[in-house]
Amino acid sequence: MSKMADVIGKHQSQILNSWMQEMPASTRRTDLIGETEFRNQCAHFLVALQDGSRDSETAGDLSRPEWQQMRDLLGEISQSRVQLGFSPTQVATFVFSVKSPIFNVLRESLGNDPKVLADEIYRASLLIDELGLYTTEIFQRSREEVIRLQQQEMLELSTPVVKLWEGILALPLIGTLDSARTQIVMETLLQKIVETGSSVAIIDITGVPTVDTLVAQHLIKTVTAARLMGADCIISGIRPQIAQTIVHLGVGLGDVTTKAGLADAFLIALSRTGLAIVSKAEAV
Amino acid sequence: MERIPILKMGEFLLVSIQVDMHDRLALALQEDLTNRISETSARGVLIDISSLEIVDSFIGRMISNIAAMARVMDAETVVVGMRPAVAITLVELGLSMPGVRTALNVEKGMDLLRTTSAKNRVARTPIHARKS
Amino acid sequence: MPANPEKMPVRSSGDILLIRQTVRARTAELGFSLVDQTKMITAASELARNTVDYGGGGTVLFEILNENGRRGLRLTFEDKGPGIPDISLALKDGWTSGGGLGLGLSGAKRLVNDFQLESKVGEGTKVVITRWK
Repeated sequence: MSKMADVIGKHQSQILNSWMQEMPASTRRTDLIGETEFRNQCAHFLVALQDGSRDSETAGDLSRPEWQQMRDLLGEISQSRVQLGFSPTQVATFVFSVKSPIFNVLRESLGNDPKVLADEIYRASLLIDELGLYTTEIFQRSREEVIRLQQQEMLELSTPVVKLWEGILALPLIGTLDSARTQIVMETLLQKIVETGSSVAIIDITGVPTVDTLVAQHLIKTVTAARLMGADCIISGIRPQIAQTIVHLGVGLGDVTTKAGLADAFLIALSRTGLAIVSKAEAV
Repeated sequence: MERIPILKMGEFLLVSIQVDMHDRLALALQEDLTNRISETSARGVLIDISSLEIVDSFIGRMISNIAAMARVMDAETVVVGMRPAVAITLVELGLSMPGVRTALNVEKGMDLLRTTSAKNRVARTPIHARKS
Repeated sequence: MPANPEKMPVRSSGDILLIRQTVRARTAELGFSLVDQTKMITAASELARNTVDYGGGGTVLFEILNENGRRGLRLTFEDKGPGIPDISLALKDGWTSGGGLGLGLSGAKRLVNDFQLESKVGEGTKVVITRWK
């Protein structure tokens, strides 16, 4: 059994008390967490620390099953504190701050043997550093997940499919298109085609500043999928720069109908649905 | 073994695939359709796959086979009702079904068959017999 | 709760149907989007068919994965069939309707996040596909 696990086992309440007492206010954040909950978390932390570090052979490897409890606990603490408004530094510092009380107890127990004491303190320090960094990683991942979800929501909201006429849909794309967005666009458009029974869809990219190979490929996939379903797509709004890029990239648009302007595309769409625009004079 | 029903709608046949087919059922369908086209001299076949959640290469080949056999017997094939998720997956899979036209639904599919059939009829009528 | 991992036979057309239903169930439980579910089921269907048609029958192993908070489904198709002599040819595009070996491997590869193929002539084939949520 490692020395650290041993001393934690023997002096748990002493460590817990001095840890909580010595914790700086900026880390403790009494405004965000209550006393009981905080105390509970610290107590659990110490238990998990003791369990994980029991076997001195494996204590250094956080991926081992002995550290599962600690990993789960740190995961919970990080994620809940993200929600509460803690900064990642505050969460990491919370972990680092356990060093002081533990080193004190180690000194008391091993004071007679400076070499062993130095080794133990060094090892404990490395371990606690790793645990602190682990919280930062989890924090980061949680934040990234939140951003990802928000992005997805925004994408879904900003893909308006407009019905231009019976059987004709228009999808004006605005802004940069990345892989994720283009996929959502594809799915939304195809879904709307089924819902409205529209056999022609005009994808207008006037508002798209750049089109790279991936985006071009995605657009082609969208058109192919629509065709498989029984609908035709027309791509309009291809500006000279984009036309140049597409040719330059060697991406073939194949037999996809393209038009410079939305109006022209609309006329084509009308003729494909068997309609035409006639002036009033002719109509009489 | 149950077989997939084939409905006669005017000069066309309508097949609605509503179950996940195992091999024997698919082969039986191909057989049945070929027979019915011959019996009824149907001009077209409408395959409704709006109930299919999955279309893999096996089903794709089956549909292509049906279209090929139908064409030999002078009938056009139109597939209708493909779901968006299926279409997206097929594009990624790289599966194409040559010789198979598609339409959004049964109604549009019928329209397509009618227009194609009318065009074919004109093309087949000897020149001297055509109304000008 | 289904067993994890879970092994199923891949010997007949009926097995292929059952595998599709099982992949549907597992991916739905994992919360995959409809499109992602469809892609995974279709890839599994292709590989299962290969195992039956070319591999002389085999097994498929279902594994629900949970790595670093990411959840996913891994399927391992194994057979003791003739094996694939030219793997790079098998993975080449152009198998659709006629051309190519008809193995659908290149297509299935595009439908999943991870694709591993091991094959030895005379010994068998193993294909592992993974899709993450």
